[in-house]
Parts: sequence; structure tokens; C-alpha cells
Amino acid sequence: MSTYELIGNGIAAFLTLCIFSFLYKDNPFYKFAERLVAGVATGYFTMLLFWTNFQDKVWEPIFVNGQYHYIFPAVLGIMMWTRFSKKYSWVSRYSLAFYIGIGSGVSITVYLYTYLFKQLQATISMPLTADIAGFNTLLVVVAVLSALVYFFFSKPHTGLFGYVSKVGIYILMVGFGAGFGLTVMGRIALLVHRVIFLRDYLIALF
Amino acid sequence: MKREIPILIVGITGFTMLIQYFIPTGWSEFIFTYAQDWTIVIGILALPLGIWSLVKANVSKLKVPGERFYSSVLLGGFLIMILTCLSRENIRMGSFHMDIFTYVLVPIQATLFSLLAFYVASAAYRAFRARSILATILLLTAFIIMFRFIPLGPISDLNNSVVTWILTIPNMAAKRALWMGIGLGATATAMKIILGIERTYMGHD
Amino acid sequence: MTFFEKMMQIDRRWVYLAIGLAVIIPAIIPFNVPVSVSPEVEKIYDFVDSTDTGDYIFISVDYDPASMAELHPMATAIINQAFEKGIKIVFVTLSQFGAGMVEQLTNELATKHNKVVGEDYVFLGYRPYPAITIMAMAVDFRVPFPSDYYGTPLDSLPMMNGIKNFFDVKGVIDITSGNTAEFWLTYGNGRFGFPLAIGITGVMSADYYQYLQSGQLFGIIPGVKGAAEYETLVHYPGAGLDQISYQVIAHAVILLFIIISNVAYFATRRKKSKIGGSI
Repeated sequence: MSTYELIGNGIAAFLTLCIFSFLYKDNPFYKFAERLVAGVATGYFTMLLFWTNFQDKVWEPIFVNGQYHYIFPAVLGIMMWTRFSKKYSWVSRYSLAFYIGIGSGVSITVYLYTYLFKQLQATISMPLTADIAGFNTLLVVVAVLSALVYFFFSKPHTGLFGYVSKVGIYILMVGFGAGFGLTVMGRIALLVHRVIFLRDYLIALF
Repeated sequence: MKREIPILIVGITGFTMLIQYFIPTGWSEFIFTYAQDWTIVIGILALPLGIWSLVKANVSKLKVPGERFYSSVLLGGFLIMILTCLSRENIRMGSFHMDIFTYVLVPIQATLFSLLAFYVASAAYRAFRARSILATILLLTAFIIMFRFIPLGPISDLNNSVVTWILTIPNMAAKRALWMGIGLGATATAMKIILGIERTYMGHD
Repeated sequence: MTFFEKMMQIDRRWVYLAIGLAVIIPAIIPFNVPVSVSPEVEKIYDFVDSTDTGDYIFISVDYDPASMAELHPMATAIINQAFEKGIKIVFVTLSQFGAGMVEQLTNELATKHNKVVGEDYVFLGYRPYPAITIMAMAVDFRVPFPSDYYGTPLDSLPMMNGIKNFFDVKGVIDITSGNTAEFWLTYGNGRFGFPLAIGITGVMSADYYQYLQSGQLFGIIPGVKGAAEYETLVHYPGAGLDQISYQVIAHAVILLFIIISNVAYFATRRKKSKIGGSI
């Protein structure tokens, strides 16, 4: 590592330890690092937004390339700023309405296709054979149906309906358990990454 | 007019984008392209709202003795990032602006989330108990999934097969049902928004 | 207070210390752990491997420094494989700090493989609102990105000649820690049907197997273990494989915690039921 990198990584190591100090208790070093990252992150995002988004999609199209039709969405975007005014905040609803209308309109078809139709198709087209694959298919069909029954709250979960929904919640618990097991791996990975960084820095330093 | 016209705009744009999907003509694709393009521009100009809110809140905290130091740290960090990026060249690696990103932002953000490892261990110890049948099923499944990291020869091979089966059959079925429900709920909400039944996005007068 | 009752009420900071020590041990005494490759990871490797030299793939780097521990290794492995094969890569990011992540990846790997921006790879940049950006890119990359991240008009980049949208690339790989994977699935693959694979964190992994089974995804790289598997396949050992030994010790410690806590729970429960108290 060069001297500049040693100093930079030294600052990184110091800030890492500031955050780790929170494990003992909240303290000024942790608060300092927490506020610093909030400020730096906001500043970074501001300049990213300015140079790569505002310049490329607003300034250059209108003032350099003469694409004046972009003035309409630009005005709508500026209208959003009226949210800060108690008297004129209703003006921002026009821009919001345009954005929400488009978002809602495109989402209906894709949500139905992705989350419902393709999933139903995949469930019913699984092979139903007299072997392990067939057993798995049966298990999946029963599991999906019973879990869906569990989420149907318009009818009391009593009698046969109650038994089926109970099977459903057992299946859901398997899903949540799998999720927890994988979450542990993910969280540990985040910690290991910092430990490896500190180890490598100490090795470089000495 | 303050509420009716926005509801009308949502209805017209929403319905247009919905039926556009089913009409593959030149005009429909023209509308689709410009709708996306203009929405991106609106979004770009709307994002600074959040930035302004944060800056304004911290400037007002400068008057509060207990918060003055920490607010000035936040505003100082913000200003330094602005001042070190007065040219587009500074967004490339190797600039001082990106060095601050690498040596300040990356380690702090990464470490903040690494604290979760300690919390998950603490949660596993203090809360992960077989109090009921449901908790036992959850516990056993998580146990089997976590066990695959422990290399124990032939036991590990068997465990890997069981883990693969759990992930691709019962877990897959559970998540399928869950996400089908979520998808239906999201579709219903989108329809309610277009029909003007759902108006929470407008806030209050 | 009995031993088991004390175990039930142990200060959480002792648990933190135990986990801290568990991840420090492999740092001092490193060891290797063999990794077996899962089919869902191998499918992504096969996809990149079957892409011809000069063909295009699209990589969306949608993660922040908070998740780079799990996702940077898999991104590095995929890009190493692609660059070595001479595959051209179009990068984009739909995450706030993803641009910094792409800059780190390309700065290191493009230099290593002598790749030139504009000729061997392109970084389109960042746009907010992933759903809208994905749909706009499906029409033409130039709609949301008239210029690349560095301000060069896309039409003046040699690599972008004849490349209009997702139908001109072999497929899309999204490496993400947030809900961007959902957006690529619904608004990308769901609306336009192009091949899609994802590299995701461990937390999210369990939620996507149904899309693999239905064919909406052709592959998944689940967390750091998936990254280690991919590094094994491409013979580029890196941060993913480094982490596995730490995962072994940490998982062993957490499993031990769970066993101890349940033994203590049942021991104290039995004692309370003998006395006649409530749990």
C-alpha cells in the first residue's frame, strides 16, 4: 500500500472501530461516524444526481439540444417543490398524479403475469409421475393451496377449512425457517468482510 | 379542483397505460416511450426534496446546544462532498471525491450493517426457542439450513441434499403462496388507485 | 438462580464477544473449506461460458456498500469470467451508491484485463425509479441514458453501434441487495421476456426459488456461499472463498447458542412445571 492508501485505510479503520464501539454502548464516536456518513452520503448522491441525471436528462436536452418537449415534465418536477408550502402544496398533487397514474397503470398487467399467472402455470405443469418427482409435485400443490387457504381471512378458520389452513401455516413456517437460516449467513458475511479489512490493514501497517 | 383534477389525471394516465399493453401499434408505443421518459425527468427533479429536507432539518439543529456538533459534522460532510465534485471528472475513481467515498462512506455503511451479525446471534440465543410446534418447525428448518456450513464428511452430503430439497420444494411452495397473495394485493391496490378509491397519496388539505 | 436460569438471562454483550472471537479465529488461523456447487449457480456460469467472444451481456449492479461483502465477490467473479472470454458488458446501476460500486469493479478489473471503456464495456450510469428505467431501457437504452456515466453520447461509443435494447444482448444479470430484483422480474422479464438471472444476498435467497422453478429466472447466486461456488467454477479464488472458513466457525457458534438456549429453556420449564408455576 502507498502512504496515501495507508492514511486513507487508516481513516477507514478508525471509522470502522467507531461504529463497532456501539456494541458496548452508544457513545460520541459512534454518533460522530453515523452523522458523518449521513452527510457524506447525501453530498455524494446530490452530485451524482446533478452531474449524471440533471445534466443529461434535463439541462442538455432543453438548453443544448433544443428538445423543448422536456419542458413539460421539467415543470411538473418543479411543481413537486410546492410540497414545502402550506398554502400551495396542493399544486404538487398534479405532478404526483401523473407519476402515480403511469406507475399504477403499467403495474397491473405485470404483477398479474409475474406473481399469479406464471406461478400458477408453473405449479400445475409440474410432472405428476409415480416417483420422487411426482411426490414432490403433490407436496408443492398441497402446500401452495393450503398456504393460500391460510391467507383467506374472509372465512373463519374452522372445521376442514381450519385443518387445511393449519397445514398452510406449517408450510409457511418451513419457508420462514429457511429464510432465517440463510439470513444468518448473510449477516455473518457482513461482519467477516470488516474483520478481513481490519486484518489486512494491520498486516499492511506492520 | 385541488383533489378532483389529480384523481382524474391518475384515472386517465393509469387507464391509458393499462390498455396500452394490449394495443401494439406505433401510437401506443410512442405513448409508452414518452410516458417513461417524462416520468424519469419528473423523478429527477423531485429527488432534491429529500436532500433539502435533510439539510434544512440539520441547519435548524445548529441552534440546539446538544445537537450543534453532530449537525455540523453532517453538514460539513455534505459540503465537502459538494465542493470536491465541482466538475464531472470528479465522479471517476481516483479523484478526491471518490476517495472520500471509498475511505469514509464505504467503511461506515458496511460496518453499520455488519452490526446485524451480532444482533442475529443475540436473537438466535435469546428468542429462538422451541416454545410451540410452529416455533419448533421454524427452528428445525433453520438448524438444517445453517448446518450445511459445518463440513462433516458424508453427513454434510446428506445435509446438502436435504437443504436443496427444503429450498426447492416446501420453501418454494410457501414463498409462492406468499408472493401470489402479495401480487394480488398489489394489483388490487393499483386498481383502487386508478379508480380513485385509494387517495392516500394526496395527503391532507 | 440455577445455572440454566443464569444462561437464559446472560448479558447480550457476552454473546457479541463470542461472535467477535468466532470471526477473529480464522483471521489468525486460516483454513480452507471445500465448496460444492449448486445447479442454480452453475446455470449462470454456463450462460456466461456459452456466450461467444464479442457478444453482449447486461449487468445491473444494484447494491450499496452495506451489502458489498456478499455481492462484490460474485460481481467480480462474473466480470472476470466475461472479460477473460472477450464478452462485452453493458453496466447500469439502479441503486443510489451503485455507481461507486461499478467504478470500483471496472477500475480494478478493466485495468487487470486491459479493457477499454466504450470499446469493451460501457457504464450507462444511475437513474432513480428502477421500474420506469427498466421499461424505458427495454425500448431503447438511449431513452433513459442519452449519454453514459462519463457524459459521452451513447451513439459515439463504438460498442453501442447496433445495440438498441435488451433484445440485442444475450441476457441480463442483476446483482442486488434490495427490491430491484422484483422490479427486474416484473417490469423486465415479466413484460419483455428477456433471460434474467440474479445475484442476491442471503437474506433474500429463500424468496426467489419459485421464479427459478417457473423459468422466470435462469439462475440464482445466493449470498456469499453462492459467490464462493462461482469463484470455484471460474477458478478465480477471491473474497467469497476467503469468507467460507469464517462462516464455518460463526455458524458453529450460533448453532451452539441455539442448542444451549433451548436446553436451558426446557430445563427451566421442567423445573417450573414441577414447582407448579407458569412459564
